[in-house]
Amino acid sequence: MAAFRRRFGDPKSLAAVAILVTPALVLFVIFVLWPLFNAFLFSFYKWNGYGPLEQLVGVDNYADVVDHRAFPLALRNTVIIAIASLLIQLPLALWVALALYQKAWFVSIFRTIFFLPYMLGEVAAGLIWKFVYDGNYGLLPVVGDALHTDMPFLLADRFWVIPAIILVIVWKYFGFHMMIYIAGLQSIPNEVIEAARLDGVSKWKIMWFVKIPMLRSSIVISVFFAIVGSLQLFDIILPLTGGGPGNASHTLVSFLYYFGILRMKIGFGGAMSVILFVLCVGVTIIYRRLLFARADA
Amino acid sequence: MTQKRKLSVVGTRPEISLLQWTTIGLITLFILIPFYSTALGGFKTTGELRVNPFGLPASWDGANFALILGGDTFFLFMWNSLVIALFTVILSVVVSAMAAFALSHIRFFGRTYLTSLFMLGLLFPFATAILPLFITIRDMGLLDNPTAVILPQVAFNLAFSMLLFRSFFQELPIELIEAARMDRCGYLRIFWHIVLPLSLPILTTVGVFAFVTSWNNFLLPLIMLNNDTSFPWPLGIMQFQGQYNTDWPKVLAFLTLTILPALVFFLLAQRYIISGLTGGAVKG
Repeated sequence: MAAFRRRFGDPKSLAAVAILVTPALVLFVIFVLWPLFNAFLFSFYKWNGYGPLEQLVGVDNYADVVDHRAFPLALRNTVIIAIASLLIQLPLALWVALALYQKAWFVSIFRTIFFLPYMLGEVAAGLIWKFVYDGNYGLLPVVGDALHTDMPFLLADRFWVIPAIILVIVWKYFGFHMMIYIAGLQSIPNEVIEAARLDGVSKWKIMWFVKIPMLRSSIVISVFFAIVGSLQLFDIILPLTGGGPGNASHTLVSFLYYFGILRMKIGFGGAMSVILFVLCVGVTIIYRRLLFARADA
Repeated sequence: MTQKRKLSVVGTRPEISLLQWTTIGLITLFILIPFYSTALGGFKTTGELRVNPFGLPASWDGANFALILGGDTFFLFMWNSLVIALFTVILSVVVSAMAAFALSHIRFFGRTYLTSLFMLGLLFPFATAILPLFITIRDMGLLDNPTAVILPQVAFNLAFSMLLFRSFFQELPIELIEAARMDRCGYLRIFWHIVLPLSLPILTTVGVFAFVTSWNNFLLPLIMLNNDTSFPWPLGIMQFQGQYNTDWPKVLAFLTLTILPALVFFLLAQRYIISGLTGGAVKG
């Protein structure tokens, strides 16, 4: 009995653990782990979702995904959106955060305004911008008139559709990254900045050599969210373009939705899910490796 | 009050350069103009929208709003969203608080493995599991039922909620729990009578977070709900937009009406959303 206790914990506590953890574990297994395992399993079968799972096709589904005409577009768009988020959104968020982390009532008003779109539902944001970009009734044609040019119908243009989506993403998520930086900046001890200032260090140098290095963990988080966010982008795409024109604006998840789920091609969708999963986990692992490698150096 | 406010402004006058003010000004316009023209657009006619999407409407004609508020679908959509969100909040908070407490304060075999298993949920979005999830839900006979959205939402919230709860519970004074153990108090009673009453801030944060993600969730209800009487607002508004297509004034009025209550709630709850984000971000 004593040995059992030492190894597993005392029985009364174990009963408490069972009661406390079981609901979470059951939900997690049924709705997270089991589907994930199934995605893997289904990806090797050809199946329309009904009847028994019997037509084993090996890696054909993976080949179908990779060979699909829209897949390279979806992958390309996801990468472009991730890079654009990193290069446009994050520096902008950091630049604004450096002004708005300071404490004053009028500063907090701007913080709230900038954070507003983040709290808005993606579908609402998508529809608002569908209106803004509308070539007949939206805001864009008026801007075009003012500039004496004809604006293209952005969302119907194979080239302009991606920059247009990137702009919506900046609008929607820039405030989120700003808030992460603001929280980081506010946790820098005042004495550090004061000490640098008393030593006569210029504002720019304080920003570059004190504030931004001390923001490292905030930047790590925000880069991670920007990349993972691009990998799972879907809710904005559907109301804005539905992946069009001619598949030009699909992302990985919208590709999965239109070509796997809507057509009930379970095997195909399963293969796409596994690819998405591997990408997400891969990004996380590589990212952590890079960070630890840098921390060791 | 005014004196205090003045002092804080004078005491720590923010240093914001001209370039930063310019950026802030431009971004403010960039953020607010779409909101502004959406809100006004509902009062305009299609023809008016075409020539004057920026300016004030010629007359403040509330017919579009009256049409939507008078119809029965708008309130149904909002009600559905509310029901789904409230059940998601209650279940998420209860289930993840219980598990997080056990994992942070009770020593037992396999505790670290179990913790990492749950934290696996942080690694991937639920889009990766959505298709088999649909099959599971269908085989359970839950399609078109709010639980088809609620239960997976709770399950996918677990990792993040437990992360927030765990970092909070670990900060609780351990003496408190040890003293209760000395008095032969069981863990369930400790959880209920000691830990929960002390955890109000984190309960609110997790709850608000679960509410917002549920309220805005689109992909999951899109897959699970086909019957429009069970639609939450994101599906409802997509259906409405499909119906009225280029009748933008009606769509904009609908948008305004769905956004408005959400904005009020979010402004009140903003503090908790931010603390959840940054709390999770710093620990994660």
